[in-house]
Order: sequence, then C-alpha cells, then structure tokens
Amino acid sequence: MKIIELKETITASNDRDAEVLRGELKVQGTLLVNLMASPGAGKTTLLERTIRDLGQKYRIAVMEADVDSDVDAKRIELLGAKAVQAHTGGMCHMDAGMTRRALDELDAPESDLVVLENVGNLICPAEFDTGAGKCVMLLSVPEGDDKPLKYPLMFSTSDALLITKIDVLPYFDFDIEACKARAKKLNPNIAIFTVSSKTGEGMEEWEAWLSDAIDSWKK
Amino acid sequence: MHEMGIILHLAKTLDETCEEQNLKRIGKVVLQVGEVSGILTDYFVDCWNYFRKRHPKLEDAELEIETIPAFTYCDSCGRTYPTVKFGRECPYCHSGETWLVRGNECVIKEIEAEDNDSAPDTTDAQKGES
Repeated sequence: MKIIELKETITASNDRDAEVLRGELKVQGTLLVNLMASPGAGKTTLLERTIRDLGQKYRIAVMEADVDSDVDAKRIELLGAKAVQAHTGGMCHMDAGMTRRALDELDAPESDLVVLENVGNLICPAEFDTGAGKCVMLLSVPEGDDKPLKYPLMFSTSDALLITKIDVLPYFDFDIEACKARAKKLNPNIAIFTVSSKTGEGMEEWEAWLSDAIDSWKK
Repeated sequence: MHEMGIILHLAKTLDETCEEQNLKRIGKVVLQVGEVSGILTDYFVDCWNYFRKRHPKLEDAELEIETIPAFTYCDSCGRTYPTVKFGRECPYCHSGETWLVRGNECVIKEIEAEDNDSAPDTTDAQKGES
C-alpha cells in the first residue's frame, strides 16, 4: 500500500463533467438553465407562462427531473415545447452525468434555451454543478421571507431569484424588502424579480433578463 | 439520501483516480469534512460501509474522517470566531457582516492504495530490485 495525497474536493469528478458539458453547450449556442426551488414553489407554472411568452422568439425545451411520475413533462408538452421526464431514481438532485443523459434523451441540439427543472428541494441541488450556464431559483410567498437564512447555499449559488406567487401577498406576512436584503447579503450579484405566473405581474422583467442571458450565451 | 448521493460522487472520483494512477484497490480514504458542511459524519460512514461492499476496488477501503473546525470572519471588527458556537452574528461587536472562512469543505485528503502491478506479498521483492 502506498499513500497518495489527493487534496481534491469530493465532487471533483462531477465538477469536471459539468465544466465539459458547459463548454459543449456554449459551442452549440444552447443556454442551459438550472431551475431550483422547493416542491410547490411554482416552477412548472412559471415555465408554462415563460414558454407561452417567449416560445415564438426562442426554441425552448425542458427537462423535468423528479423522483417519480411524468405529470410535469406532460404539462410542458401541451404547450408544444419539447420535454423529457428524467427520473433521478430516488436521488434528491441532478448531477452533470444525469443532466447529460437527459439532454441526450431530449435530443434538441437546435434549442436556444433548455431548462432543467431540478428536483423540488432547496438543499442538495445547490451542491451539485449540472453544467448549467445560469442557475435560477424560486421562492414562493407562502414559504416565508426567512428562507435565505435557512438555506444560504441555494441563494449564494443562484444567478437569479424569483419571488413567486406575489398575487397572494395580502394573505401572508412576507416582507419582500427583508427577503431581498437577506438574499443580497449572501449574494450581492443576484438578480431579484417579484412575479406572479398567474396574473403575469413582473413577468416582463424576468423574461427580459432571461432573453438577455440567452442572447449573451450565443456571443 | 443526501449522504448517499455524495458517496456516489466520492466513489466516481476515486474510480477515476484508480484509472489515472493505475491502482488496483484502495485500502483507506481520508476525508476532511468541515463542521458546517452539512454532512452527518456517522451516517456518512454507515452509507460508505453499505456502498463499498458493492464496489470491487473499494470494498476494503476504510473511511477516516478528519473534522475541520469552522471559523467566521467579521468584516466590521476584523476578528475571527468559531462559527458553530456563535453563528452568523459576531460575538465581539454583534455585527451581522460576517463571512465563513473555513468549515464548509469536503475534501479527499489522501488515500492508501495498491498499484496494479504489485501484489501485497511482493512489495519486499520489488524493493530489492530497485
């Protein structure tokens, strides 16, 4: 037996796979967005609205990651967008290898935007690089404005935060400004949007940010 | 479930190391785990012991965990304090402008391994040749 010093992070293999995948997607001109949030924060509903609004301008495809079922992929397909359902086999997150397999199955290399709707979970998905060009997270009003304090890594690693379901604000004690301040403290560069996928409020600003990200990725 | 996911990544990283360095099997893995990395070390070792039996190159590999203490730096007063005891608020000046310096990592420090071209009982003979 010999001792080999590694000094390598435990997920080094995943980080390398993710970097390679990101490079390939850059060459292909496809922006991969890793969409993360708790179960029920409104990820699929946000996607439905976004596809309806931007579907004419961009070729959009979606990978739905869940532990089980294909209800989300079916909702997306109803809008005419290409979708696959990726099952994580009980795992709480997607990693770069699983994302690559889902992309192969999706078979949409001509896409301008591919959204990976990650498993509903505010913890594990933040720890694994999927190879995405942008990480976007949702926090819905009913979940509470204290979540940046409880799940700091998710807020630290996201490029954008969407506070969703703002149409129900009158019924909850959700302090938007406090939530924004908490998120900015963890991540000064995070872009924050307040939206309601149901009424459409705030969708324009989010879609402008997303369009800009898609266009910039191709440069 | 989270620990098991991390184990799968650890095993993949170790597999690649075996491939790159032409190793036959691994006898020990030393991990450095930060106090606030979110990994439950007892549960992590249990998961590892379950997993390694199903992996030929790793089945003999004992997992040794070194805990890395977590420290936080205060931007306001410039002092450093232990994170686990005091959390996000600086115990000296009560500022919230603090940053984690270390304690969030999970690093493979070193491994003990056997080369592909050396059987355990020929180590002395090889030494004699060289």
